[in-house]
Amino acid sequence: MSTYHKYAPLDIKHGKVNMAHGSGGRISAQLIEHLFKKHLGNELLNQNNDQALFAVEGARMVMTTDSYVISPLFFPGGNIGSLAVHGTVNDLVMSGAKPLYLSAGFILEEGFPLQELEKIVISMAQAAEAACVKIVTGDTKVVERGKGDGVYINTSGVGIVPDELNLSGELAQLGDVIILSGCIGDHGIAVLSHRENLEFETAITSDSASLEGLVKLMVEKAPSIRCMRDPTRGGLACALNELAQQSGVGMSLQEKSIPIKAQVAAACELLGLDPLYIANEGKLVCICPAQNAEELVKAMRLHPLGAESQVIGSVIEDKRCFVQMETTLGGTRMVDWLAAEQLPRIC
Amino acid sequence: MKYINEFRAPLFAQELAKAIYKEVNTERHYRLMEFCGGHTHAIYRYGLKDLLPDNVEFIHGPGCPVCVLPASRIDMAIKMQTESDAILCTYGDLMRVPASNGHSLLKAKASGADIRMVYSPFDALKISQQETNRQVIFFAIGFETTTPPTAVIIKKAQSLGLKNFSVFCNHVLTPAALEAILNPPDQILCVDGFIGPSHVSTIIGSDVYQPFATEYRKPIVISGFEPLDILQSILMLIKQLNEGSYSVENQYKRAVSGTGNNKAQKLVAEVFDVADRFSWRGLGELPRSALKISEHYGNFDAAERFPVKLEEGSEHKHCLCPSVIRGRNKPLDCKLFAKACTPENPLGACMVSSEGACAAYWSYGRFKDDSTEQLSSPRQRGIL
Repeated sequence: MSTYHKYAPLDIKHGKVNMAHGSGGRISAQLIEHLFKKHLGNELLNQNNDQALFAVEGARMVMTTDSYVISPLFFPGGNIGSLAVHGTVNDLVMSGAKPLYLSAGFILEEGFPLQELEKIVISMAQAAEAACVKIVTGDTKVVERGKGDGVYINTSGVGIVPDELNLSGELAQLGDVIILSGCIGDHGIAVLSHRENLEFETAITSDSASLEGLVKLMVEKAPSIRCMRDPTRGGLACALNELAQQSGVGMSLQEKSIPIKAQVAAACELLGLDPLYIANEGKLVCICPAQNAEELVKAMRLHPLGAESQVIGSVIEDKRCFVQMETTLGGTRMVDWLAAEQLPRIC
Repeated sequence: MKYINEFRAPLFAQELAKAIYKEVNTERHYRLMEFCGGHTHAIYRYGLKDLLPDNVEFIHGPGCPVCVLPASRIDMAIKMQTESDAILCTYGDLMRVPASNGHSLLKAKASGADIRMVYSPFDALKISQQETNRQVIFFAIGFETTTPPTAVIIKKAQSLGLKNFSVFCNHVLTPAALEAILNPPDQILCVDGFIGPSHVSTIIGSDVYQPFATEYRKPIVISGFEPLDILQSILMLIKQLNEGSYSVENQYKRAVSGTGNNKAQKLVAEVFDVADRFSWRGLGELPRSALKISEHYGNFDAAERFPVKLEEGSEHKHCLCPSVIRGRNKPLDCKLFAKACTPENPLGACMVSSEGACAAYWSYGRFKDDSTEQLSSPRQRGIL
């Protein structure tokens, strides 16, 4: 049994859903493991990736789904509509797939202005076009005022995986290299800066973007890539812990090589947050054999979304699947799963 | 924002670490208590222990505001909220602090209680102005650093004539906690010197620590929260200990003066009185160790507006937090640590905030317990 299940497992008899169950941290993982997968598990779901891969006649396909409940609906650099396309497309392409079709389910709250809904839908259309996918089916439901938060969107997507590719979270091997495609924390901080009760002035915009083009270039250059993941909810720290867990390995990072914008670092300081746990929506982390790393990073840097790509660490042996990091000062610390939600510190 | 990296410069850190290596007497042990949770957090987050000789030991003190708040106070807040259906506003850290019987504000919220997380007490005031038909309670906690803002909103609420706003006051006093650590019931003190409070001292100043240093013959160095601040303070403490001196030194001169922030002190004195006693998690009941809202501002005292009976809160009987914050035990000594008690399901308060000793150790330090492969130490890598 993997280590994150050992500690304080889900108390189904007495427990209630709380905000931490949606944080992307260890508690989210426990909910998935002990409730959803317990009852719904099958060989495809149990691949434990952000998408399921399955063979259909003559091809291998991937399918994924994601729901978007973001607040505020509009944030610097995007809105819930573009995010709902980017997020699902990115989950598909993390398998190396070419994304094909999306579905879009809307849950609208009574009273929501149509003008805003149109803005959201237009940015979905633009995002889909940029990512070369078509939204081919949809659904709309309306709930009474007060029973929703303006708009919730669910998107599902399918894509097709080229024959020569085999990317999956359990394939990381000792000695492999960990590559990050750019600065961390932009999306989470941009959203936080516009959240009610927490407005602060910053010029940071969300990095929300489709990674389809970058991934296409990467898998052409290095088909040997073991796995990729987009560090969304739970941030870089949780994405790496998931991969370490799936592959049964440890990881060692160098803090000084993890790029972060000065403004994001400043906002994190101010709010007492750790940027390693802040969400990204246009970044990916990739694990590849050491011998391909240099060439791959070079190629990634030629793409606008990978211009700041960096090797940030390597895969090491550790039965406990811990992610550790050499700090900028030369000390070491652990980079754990996000414990519940990241709560701001008092002083 | 400037000066994020300046106080984290690796080269200076290495120079300071080298100076510490040179200064330490290898024949003895140095037990240094960092009073504040902010120091605990920084020590773990930057891996500072790796830069220091093995005979320099950190003892994580009681200065994490959520760690010293007893379950009974959370019980009271939950009761106030439930009985009045008020909006209870609180800092995020407090949400997961264990109340009695495995309860917490987070769980109360999941059960339907209107509990809202705020970043600033002013947000709570704003909510009371927006939701005029609801009562709003601000759950105020913290040492001297967070007290002045609470004083400001109480005064503001009075000048605005707000009838739906009140404060549940749990502000505590650093000198009282320091004295409790220095003067334990069994007179066994496990601390040689103190890395003194950072933000708290900006308010109360560094002079107030002098009587403690003199009476108990322990050096105190007021230290900033940045890694270079902490390393420099350690060097200053070790020098003092080697010389046998025990004075108060101020490393954090860029923010702390001898007498502190007089304006803030006046404001606090105007709005609050010292309470006769307050019960601390871990340190027990201490006389004159907390504040209560003064009579003049009594209208804004949630404890008066929504009187609930203070019942004895129940902490977990095996929880070692009380002796962890006195420096008697390490988190690993606790039977519950990493088994029943984790940050997802904290049974003791030191596991809640990343400033708490147990949570800091769990989140940042536990990979060292029995690692099959570890990063080599800076010494082995030739940095020091």
